[in-house]
Amino acid sequence: MTDKPSQIGRKQGLRWLRDMTRIRRMEEQCAELYGQEKIRGFLHLYIGEEAVAAGCIPELDKDDAVVATYREHGHALMRGIAMDAILAEMYGKREGCSGGRGGSMHLFDAATRFYGGNAIVSGGLPLAVGLALADKMQQRPGVTACFFGEGAVAEGEFHESLNLAALWQLPVLFVCENNLYAMGTALARSESVTDIHQKAAAYGIFSAAVDGMDVMSVNTAMRDAVRRVREQRVPAFLEMRTYRFRAHSMFDPELYRSKEEVEQWKQLCPIATLSARLQAQQLLDRPGLEAIEKDVAEEIRAATTFAEAGHWEPQEDLMKDVYTGRE
Amino acid sequence: MKTTYREAMRNALRDALQSDERVFLMGEDVGRYGGCYAVSKGLLQEFGEARIRDTPLSESAFVGAGIGAALGGMRPIVEVMTVNFSLLCLDQIVNTAATLRHMSGGQFNVPVVLRMTTGAGRQLAAQHSHSLECWYAHVPGLRVIAPATLEDMRGMLALALEDPDPVILFEHNALYNMEGELDESLPVTELRRAAVRRGGEDISLITYGGNLPKTLQAAEQLAQEGISAEVVDLRSLRPLDEKTILASVRKTRRAVMVDEGWRSGSLAAEIGMRIAEQAFYDLDAPLSRVCTAEVPIPYARHLEQAALPQAETIAATAREAMARNV
Repeated sequence: MTDKPSQIGRKQGLRWLRDMTRIRRMEEQCAELYGQEKIRGFLHLYIGEEAVAAGCIPELDKDDAVVATYREHGHALMRGIAMDAILAEMYGKREGCSGGRGGSMHLFDAATRFYGGNAIVSGGLPLAVGLALADKMQQRPGVTACFFGEGAVAEGEFHESLNLAALWQLPVLFVCENNLYAMGTALARSESVTDIHQKAAAYGIFSAAVDGMDVMSVNTAMRDAVRRVREQRVPAFLEMRTYRFRAHSMFDPELYRSKEEVEQWKQLCPIATLSARLQAQQLLDRPGLEAIEKDVAEEIRAATTFAEAGHWEPQEDLMKDVYTGRE
Repeated sequence: MKTTYREAMRNALRDALQSDERVFLMGEDVGRYGGCYAVSKGLLQEFGEARIRDTPLSESAFVGAGIGAALGGMRPIVEVMTVNFSLLCLDQIVNTAATLRHMSGGQFNVPVVLRMTTGAGRQLAAQHSHSLECWYAHVPGLRVIAPATLEDMRGMLALALEDPDPVILFEHNALYNMEGELDESLPVTELRRAAVRRGGEDISLITYGGNLPKTLQAAEQLAQEGISAEVVDLRSLRPLDEKTILASVRKTRRAVMVDEGWRSGSLAAEIGMRIAEQAFYDLDAPLSRVCTAEVPIPYARHLEQAALPQAETIAATAREAMARNV
């Protein structure tokens, strides 16, 4: 793994802290709204993994593309989709970022080139390869960043996509969020080789393993990888070693791992550790922290109000957007 | 102009590549080899490696990449050797291409064209001979078309490329070598409309793709016996052109569906049901169909031929329908 960088700049540190807090508090609100049955369907929370989205996505330019999975609330928020539109989507309202057609697992946004929200494990990888191919063929400088979990590594599409990206030298950055569990199956129970970044190396793709619980490590690795992809027009691969503190989805009783293990990982909470470092460096004090929490709480309150006030799409529009033109 | 179906498609591909920089062809063996069915022969020399892209045998990755490239502003034509192999990329076609527009609330459309061969008749045995068009025709969000004439083979690709949604274009492998006069003066074919290929008064024979020649042959036999059969070529399997189908059936009052898919859950079943729903009281005889026997296609020639719809079975089924009155 890459070394943990030592010194954090004030502005950057506070930005990360705010971003990760926004993701976490938004998702805690989602869990709350789920309990109230305002949000239905599958809801996969990212809590514990915030350092990855917060450290990675701001390194992308606005013309770059992002492909994500069904655990993508954090990525969507970091990409600049308004919290209003994200919550409204989870409500199933017309004002949602996918017009209420997608829900939690299918957040989309054309304006920020956010291509999902993909609920098929590894289904987004070929798509990302194609987006990168389009950039290459049109000689655009774009980078396509593709986020997926380590469960995707067992799918054939993972290997097919890495092979194609390397064979055609496409500007795609694969970011594996290795949280150690594919639903309820531990990595060691599903993979013969658990050192995932080595699989990318086997295809001749530059790859690195990164401490995914430390936003600064994530960011440093991401910055290098994006530069490599953008300048050299080749694929790259980052394995973010991270952990989700919550269950796989709201229906998961979590019988596959011990409470002790979860507690151990919680000691590495990316928000708490960053907050502690900033305070130790005297870049953040108690009132500063409270101010962040207050701002975020206000954003969440406003977003919830927005989602509540949103509209149901009229049933007459049921058949809309199956085809672009008439059927 | 005398030409083959293969050349007609090659010319269509060449036109598409020449007229739009965003168009490119990718698939297994399309470049150096010249295409598994020699459809793309010579195109690599003409258009270069960037636009005629040989892919690994990775259906899911290259079909998915086609979908991604379409999202990224290109107009990819992706060739999957046969519909049998497309089962390896069913996820990308059904879960991604067909759903993206709807799930994104209309923000993204996927203008990809997927070309696949289909059908039996070349003794390639079960894993290279199936007709699974109806599986794709089942899926909202996809358009499914099947050229059955030289003019359609020449014209449908351009229409598919103009379509902002994913289009699957099925080419029956038995057609490639067939030769005929290509009428270049005909207006561009209309993707969505079925065509009446032969007018008739007594019975409608409804078919598509590779079974059109056999069905026309059956109609010819029937004509010699004094039965006037109308032959309807669906052209588009999704959406179905109900208007043309129903108009024909209301005129002839009898219908036989001819479909190389298996009988259970077939397009023939779907069309028969639509006729039953909407034109039941116009019928003078029960509906019937000629499909492939419910067996994986055998290798041995006599068994393969026995499994498939043939002109004789089509004509016999039509005669039976003529003999029955409700």
